Amino acid sequence: MAAPPMTLQRTPFYFLHQQNGARLVDFAGWEMPVQFEGVMAEHRAVRERAGLFDISHMGQLWVTGPGARNTLDRMVTNDIVSLAPNRGVYALLCREDGGVVDDLYVYCLGPERFLVVVNASRVDADIAWMRERLGPDTELEEQPQRAALALQGPASAGLVAGLSQELVSLAKNGVVEVPLLGFEMVAARTGYTGEDGFEFFGPAGHVHKIFEYLVKKGKDAGLVHVGLGARDTLRLEMGYSLYGHELDETHSPLQAGLGWAVKLNKPFFVGQETLRKEKSAGVARRLVALRLTDRGVPRQNCPIQFNGQSVGAVTSGTFSPSLNVGIALGYVDSRLAPKDAAGVWSVVVHGRAVPAEPVVLPFYRKQRG
Amino acid sequence: MDPQQLRFTTSHEWIAPDGTVGISDHAQHEITDVVFVELPKSGRAVKAQEPCAVVESVKAAFDIYAPVAGTIAAVNEETAKNPALVNQHPYGAGWLYKMTMASPADREKLMTHEGYQTFLKSATH
Repeated sequence: MAAPPMTLQRTPFYFLHQQNGARLVDFAGWEMPVQFEGVMAEHRAVRERAGLFDISHMGQLWVTGPGARNTLDRMVTNDIVSLAPNRGVYALLCREDGGVVDDLYVYCLGPERFLVVVNASRVDADIAWMRERLGPDTELEEQPQRAALALQGPASAGLVAGLSQELVSLAKNGVVEVPLLGFEMVAARTGYTGEDGFEFFGPAGHVHKIFEYLVKKGKDAGLVHVGLGARDTLRLEMGYSLYGHELDETHSPLQAGLGWAVKLNKPFFVGQETLRKEKSAGVARRLVALRLTDRGVPRQNCPIQFNGQSVGAVTSGTFSPSLNVGIALGYVDSRLAPKDAAGVWSVVVHGRAVPAEPVVLPFYRKQRG
Repeated sequence: MDPQQLRFTTSHEWIAPDGTVGISDHAQHEITDVVFVELPKSGRAVKAQEPCAVVESVKAAFDIYAPVAGTIAAVNEETAKNPALVNQHPYGAGWLYKMTMASPADREKLMTHEGYQTFLKSATH
């Protein structure tokens, strides 16, 4: 039987994207801009000035009530019990077997009030998974008419200064629920680019005002619209995982190198027992970061070789606009390519083994001075 | 090069009367920022429509086909060093390689610039 025709969802900024010359693509069932002016130019603008991203496709789940904190702590890998109000933390939802259901951000807006921001492609899976495991006195609801923006880049703080001083004084991973331009919304000092920046979450009408404000305010500062293309190159230069590439239900957070977000010593979370065992036995495969030392652009599924032997495959690869070389993340067999073992790495691109070197993430570090 | 002098393929390559090959302005626009170009070796014999070069953007790799049969006579090392030339000058400095055509008459069978423009309209609407 043929699948019913799929209607792509559109964000509240869809028509503005069209006016701004976006090239639109299907991403996780959403019609999203992949680029405006061009991936390279947008990437550089974020590293040097500022860029505005429509992230309205991402899921916004409110977990509230007297049991909310405990419920979340038992669901996700990171420590939610000691998450202070006005702070956010990165965490993962795991299955009992340690496979990753999703990776997400948990923001604490009050003792009984949490905003969980999840991947667009996983909203339904996450909600189903969370509903099954909701503890007592806990409510879960989607933000109605959700919209979200990310403002990223070194000029970001200057651009939001006029909205509220509270924003400027936020620390990294800080979050506030605050009226901006007269409309209540959530603003966090977080992002997916490695640059300073802010993310705004709330109902479409409210976030729309922020969009207009920032576009106007950003004109002189060189603010540009940024699509998913540059969002991907920016996150990959930082070595951030992307669900569906580095993360899925067949890989564990320990294999993905996300052990720092997994608190094996807290009382309980789903998957904890499996992950404890995996930790003591050692991971069967591990994520490596490789930078090509010769010309070539690694892509997903390109074979990774260690001492001439195929040991794994690329999960995300691209040309790094900041470093001007090919960069890749991929899983390798821990037995065939043991951690810290010396040897020769390469990535097979168009049938040619291109020499590469392992990198301690991130690939890109900001120049200081 | 004057696009009027070029002949075009349905896979968006162009070939000049002297055998120089590149990709069309439409193709470079669709590919977006070219960040990598892999060129064939000089002396390689190629059949018509045989993949013999790769042009890559940040997002994807695109095979470039030989417009006609012949032998690769020269490649543009400047484009390999500075792939953005393909975007900046698709009909000039951004050429990819030059071939000795097995039969120059093969080139005449390809689309003229005008024919290619008509083809683009029919293909996109």
